[in-house]
Amino acid sequence: MMKKFLVRLNALTVKEFRQIMRDPSSILIGLILPCVLIFIFGYGLSLDVNNIPVAVVMDKPSPVAQKVFSGLTGSRYFSPCWMSSMQEAEELMRRREVDAILHTASDFDRRLKRGEAEVQLILHGADSTTATLIQQYTAGLLALRMRSELDMGKRPVSPTGSVEVVPRIWFNEAGTSTWYLVPGLVVIIMTLVGAFLTALVMAREWERGTLESLFVTPAGRAEILLSKIIPYFLLGFIGLLLCLAAARWMFGVPMRGSLWLFFLCSSLYLLVALGLGLIISSLTRSQFLASQIALIVSFLPAVILSGFLFDLRSVPTIVRAVGSILPATYFMEILKTLFLAGDNMNIILRNSAALVGYIVLFMAVAAHFTRKKLD
Amino acid sequence: MDTDKIYPSPSFSPPVVQAEDLSCVFRTPKASIAALTDISLSIPAGQMTAVVGPDGAGKTTFLRMLCGLIAPSSGSLQVLGYDASRNAQKIQNLISYMPQRFGLYEDLSVQENLNLYADLHGISQEVRKERFERLLEMTDLAAFTKRPAGKLSGGMKQKLALACTLVRTPRLLLLDEPSVGVDPLSRRDLWIIIEQMVREERISVIVSTAYMDEAERCSCVYVMFEGKLIAQGTPEELRRLTAGMCFEADVPSRLRARQFQAWLLDQPDYIMDAVPQGARVRFVVDEKFRHAGLPFKQLISPGQISLDEKNVHPSAPRLEDSFMFLLKKNEASSSILPPPALSSHGVSFLEEASETPAKEIVIEVRDLVRKFGDFVAVDKTNFCVAKGEVFGLLGPNGAGKTTTFRMLCGLLPASSGYLSVAGKNLRKAAAPARAKIGYVSQKFSLYGNLSVMENLLFFGGVYGLTAEELKKRIAAVLEQFDLLGHEDDLSGDLPAGFKQRLAMAAGLLHQPEILFLDEPTSGIDPLARRLFWRRITELAESGTTVIITTHFMEEAEYCDRMLIQDAGRVLSLGTPGEVRAQGEAETMEEAFIGIVEKARGIGKKESA
Repeated sequence: MMKKFLVRLNALTVKEFRQIMRDPSSILIGLILPCVLIFIFGYGLSLDVNNIPVAVVMDKPSPVAQKVFSGLTGSRYFSPCWMSSMQEAEELMRRREVDAILHTASDFDRRLKRGEAEVQLILHGADSTTATLIQQYTAGLLALRMRSELDMGKRPVSPTGSVEVVPRIWFNEAGTSTWYLVPGLVVIIMTLVGAFLTALVMAREWERGTLESLFVTPAGRAEILLSKIIPYFLLGFIGLLLCLAAARWMFGVPMRGSLWLFFLCSSLYLLVALGLGLIISSLTRSQFLASQIALIVSFLPAVILSGFLFDLRSVPTIVRAVGSILPATYFMEILKTLFLAGDNMNIILRNSAALVGYIVLFMAVAAHFTRKKLD
Repeated sequence: MDTDKIYPSPSFSPPVVQAEDLSCVFRTPKASIAALTDISLSIPAGQMTAVVGPDGAGKTTFLRMLCGLIAPSSGSLQVLGYDASRNAQKIQNLISYMPQRFGLYEDLSVQENLNLYADLHGISQEVRKERFERLLEMTDLAAFTKRPAGKLSGGMKQKLALACTLVRTPRLLLLDEPSVGVDPLSRRDLWIIIEQMVREERISVIVSTAYMDEAERCSCVYVMFEGKLIAQGTPEELRRLTAGMCFEADVPSRLRARQFQAWLLDQPDYIMDAVPQGARVRFVVDEKFRHAGLPFKQLISPGQISLDEKNVHPSAPRLEDSFMFLLKKNEASSSILPPPALSSHGVSFLEEASETPAKEIVIEVRDLVRKFGDFVAVDKTNFCVAKGEVFGLLGPNGAGKTTTFRMLCGLLPASSGYLSVAGKNLRKAAAPARAKIGYVSQKFSLYGNLSVMENLLFFGGVYGLTAEELKKRIAAVLEQFDLLGHEDDLSGDLPAGFKQRLAMAAGLLHQPEILFLDEPTSGIDPLARRLFWRRITELAESGTTVIITTHFMEEAEYCDRMLIQDAGRVLSLGTPGEVRAQGEAETMEEAFIGIVEKARGIGKKESA
């Protein structure tokens, strides 16, 4: 009995692998798309600002002022262009060729000596996140420069003795967001392969009528479902390895937790995603609908609501409640912990328990809807 | 093994299927539809059984219930001694089922498809080797084991599907319209395989079909109509229903076969059914004239056609005659089938048809060639079609019909040769030519989620009809194709026959000079086909040229001229009579098979 079960399962799984190998779209979604996403998220979607074009206008250029601004030239955050008049700079700003203008008045030198120098910063507010970041960066950079300028001159520090803020970034020493994004990327790719691809291929079997023929064979729904889970689990795992390799060697994200725990927890999430994909496809039975629904209920929420881009603690309560229904949220928390903080068993166990709960729920629902019935 | 205990010896053979008051109701949000109503039957083991009926009769639902894929709403159903709703898996372990759209995995090769089903049925490697050899030989697929199933022709796919269902000897084989869209040669091959299996392995077969000649091969026929079982019996018993009612008449010299047939059909008080057959028209008289001879004197129309006793010959009834008889008897009390209300236009053509007018050529094809890479799909083809002609394009699956068709419609450029449609050279002026043609594709190209009216508005808009013209034309085609009252129905929910009529209506909105119809009657039952051809006859009388492909060879008899194509070459071109003479056969089907096989035989010798 068991032997026949295994023969049938093997036959169906081999069939699935062959179809994956021969169908360019499965390879595209399963392997090429993860690679593209790694590049896009890794390089394109950085939450840092780099090489911001900044116009610098000095009403009366002086060596001291130039020295204060010289830090801009060497910084990878800025790409300064020196302008002789405010009109020119404003014109650039209007055309959005620069995102900010730094302006010193003609009495800059004199006031700097008195410790009350002012630099005018005009920001392009169209992209408020970038504007805020530019403001912080310039402030930090100029403060540093002006201090050293004053120190070198051994002049008495501001006679009024004002309080200084000295900025430092902790935990993200390199100042990059890839550390934060790559763990999230793993979640996205698992969701994509698990839910999206599985929903598509299962719906394809409904659509092409191949399931009707399969149903009238000794193959039971256990074999039919397992034969979908096994290949896409493996395909998802390849995506996982790709992400891990990219995280380690391309972006230098540390793996502070145990690799085994990482694989174990990822497997759990992969099963959750597969279960979701199977439910979607057996409910819709159409590729088009399945892909749309998979996109809306699994992929997009995983990107937006799982804490991948936005911290769930800072969103409205309703959104947070929705986020906490998503299995992706739990996996995201596990991954961030494992990558950046290490084996915090408390967090990992708690979230894994949630994932196991989802596996049981989703697989049961998928099995319920994949009855060998056509009505 | 456990099944042997239930059936100890072949001499004790309980029925393979036993149904009592079986009903099936599909509930949709809007309504509940009774797909099957109170079916009680008992199908004996070891024989072939046919289930026939028009579209929407419930044949597919019935077969799916036998497989345990649909649960009965009420009543009981036993298959091979098991209850179909409680022991579906046990039944599925014992039977083989070939659905209408068999799920071949198109990206797997022929061999891989076979292996998959052999594994699923747990066939041992030793048994498998011999079985595969035999199946591949029977299906002529031995040379194609490495080819992906998606790249096989329609007929080959169907044979592979049959082979997949026969990887082991099933106790019961269920076939749902196995020959829809399959050419006569492949259809004959399919039936040879099925009959061989029944003979050698004593399997029981239940087949649903729209071909009455297929049903005639079975020991028992069940006729279904609107979910009800309306008749059952051996083909002989069913044939007897129309005994003494069937005749064949010679076609009067100045008429075409289809005109004569249409005239007969338009006398519903006397004639129940008529269909062109060979050089004659076969007809069945109304029940009240059974054994009473024909009321010849009354059968004189204003067009001065009359049936002459000398030219009318009694004929033995066929299953199709009885099938039509049963359907017409039952349709009186039903609303699904449209009434054949065409008689008002029917007689007008009879005068002008008497002479052949000087023919205006509307389609001219010279040395037409189409290549796909090295593969020559259409090879140096020549033919002409005159205005108002009905021209049939026949050929086995993969013969190049569809390619020729697409070139004629301007959907595919020719590789070389001259092609003129409606007086326009298609290679130079495709767009003006396209405005004069209408095209109804095999799959009907309707928008399933638009209503009947919305589809018509859309197609009218595409053809550039003004709002006023469109309104008039829509009103006209709705009436012409019996779609009145269905304007707001979603076209996706309509049965196949309706979809076909809607597709025809959409294709005729802009009153094209030439109408192209690609297998419009595939999967359509005989009753709907009569009505379809009645409309084609009418269109041809109004001067529309009709180019049509079909796999029903008897339908070629409706054509003025026809062409048989195979492997891209023209094998035969002429009137149905000329083609039959070339094939030295009485029926078109025999002639077709003869001509194609002869050409293929020569082809093989040449290449050898």
